[in-house]
Amino acid sequence: MSAYLGANNILSPLGFTTAQNFDALLQGKLAVRQQYFPFSESLFCCSKIEQSYLNDNFSIISNIDSFTRLEKMCILSIHDVAKQSKIDFNSKENLLIISTTKGNIDVLEGGYKNIDSNRAYLPIFAKTIGDYFRCENTPLVVSNACISGLLAIIVGMRFIENGNYKNIVVCGADIVSEFTLSGFKSFNAMSDSPSKPFDINRAGINLGEAASSILLSSAAISDIKISAGNSANDANHISGPSRNGDGLLLAVRRTIEDSKIKTIDFVSAHGTATEFNDEMEAVAFSRAQLNHLPINSLKGYYGHTLGAAGVLESVIAVNSLTSNTLIQSMGFETPGTTHELNVIKKTEQKTVSTCLKTASGFGGCNAAAIFEKI
Amino acid sequence: MEATIVSWCKIKNNTVWLNGDKIAIDEKSVDLPAFFVNLYKQLNLNYPKFFKMNNSCKLGVLAVEMAIRSNPEIADSEKEKVAILISNNSASLETDRNHLKSITDKNNYFPSPAVFVYTLPNIIIGEIAIKHKFAGENAFFVTEIFDQKLLHNYVSIAFQNNHTADVVCGWINVDGIEYEAFVYCVKKTNFNEERKGINLPHNSETIYQLYNTI
Repeated sequence: MSAYLGANNILSPLGFTTAQNFDALLQGKLAVRQQYFPFSESLFCCSKIEQSYLNDNFSIISNIDSFTRLEKMCILSIHDVAKQSKIDFNSKENLLIISTTKGNIDVLEGGYKNIDSNRAYLPIFAKTIGDYFRCENTPLVVSNACISGLLAIIVGMRFIENGNYKNIVVCGADIVSEFTLSGFKSFNAMSDSPSKPFDINRAGINLGEAASSILLSSAAISDIKISAGNSANDANHISGPSRNGDGLLLAVRRTIEDSKIKTIDFVSAHGTATEFNDEMEAVAFSRAQLNHLPINSLKGYYGHTLGAAGVLESVIAVNSLTSNTLIQSMGFETPGTTHELNVIKKTEQKTVSTCLKTASGFGGCNAAAIFEKI
Repeated sequence: MEATIVSWCKIKNNTVWLNGDKIAIDEKSVDLPAFFVNLYKQLNLNYPKFFKMNNSCKLGVLAVEMAIRSNPEIADSEKEKVAILISNNSASLETDRNHLKSITDKNNYFPSPAVFVYTLPNIIIGEIAIKHKFAGENAFFVTEIFDQKLLHNYVSIAFQNNHTADVVCGWINVDGIEYEAFVYCVKKTNFNEERKGINLPHNSETIYQLYNTI
């Protein structure tokens, strides 16, 4: 049995639907913008969803004071997918998987008067969303650093292929909080201008916030399926990527082997724009002999949306396959990795039918999946 | 695909159970760090990285170390074929609270990368992977309570391809003064009654029984 990819949504500063987001990318619009760091005079760059716009949209479907910022983002995103697909969560056959790194971290920061502090626990956050959609099955939370979103899709694929569920909605989401900003700043990992994945002048990540959802189904609801997906660990360092790209290479090799496809048309990479991550990816793709393939990172548009990134980037990859469009890798001008990659410099129409999507993260984790047009 | 549980370890209430035997009770250590350091010494671990870890990682590394030492079959496997699947309830909240303390007072603002890196639950997997060089599949699930059916199902699916031969699996939860670790090692092999050592069928009933030992 295969897992087909159907209805999807992206909720980001570039729009609250996939179509709005895809159009914005075609026009080269950025979600990230430069601003001053809270309580200091240093500049940084991130993407944030306008609170009033979020509340205006949310008030149409429910009470804005009963939910946290992240819950509202997730519910709106899942709501869009549910509306498009008519999925019935009140059925044993259907499951919601939520991928997030920090969940309701702003609850822990004391950001709400009317929200119970136990909502900082991921199972309670997930249950709140599950209850909104009257889910029969308790939503499952995948929290695996920056591969969370792609790993959640792989987990969903496996459950469907194994016949455990008929339909699964995977929703990835994270907010930009002082918690994560201060942490990445302490790592000196943040760029003060829009990030430049794979470029010689890349200077670190931008943080971004988004929610993104996609429906996986055992029914042939679309002409795109997930052919394969795997994860692997570098077993090397908890906060630095492996120098030789071992973990990513293993995940990619296994995924290509499982997929049985002959050619990959483009790669949707992780590309955070840190010196070491992008270099590691270039080494791994070169070792896999994939460095000639058109490749992009979407972090130059959205920043790093953490638990949302893998889902959001998969949704764009699926829409690239559907519309035969290769999206420009924003921020890239001059090659900046020791193994040169074929980074997409200009958005263009091209017939494409297979995409390799990858992600890597803290804890030495890596994931890869192949999306295939049939 | 048949699979066998070849070792397991449970740590709770300052007590360690290994493969069904109660092997250590520490009545003296009143707090978690002291208990963990005592266990570290008993195991002669000689692994300085241990002292940089947060409590969840220490607990996970100790439980996995004991389970593997009691049956080194897993450690002998091809490292790329050993998967790690961990779950818990509180993700990394113990460290989240610590990181938050370091940024709450604007006059005493000292976020530290050494703390921040542990604000991700899957770092437990990373630490276990590094200690044993296990490079296979990873997944971290956050569930309200220990979910033997979820873990059993996911491991069974992982064994369907030829990338995974063993899984180090379990529940590592630290939340305030509460903690609980349950780790079990599963090998993809036909169940054989003649087999020496721990030799239990991989099914959710058995897993739940072991988890409930204490």
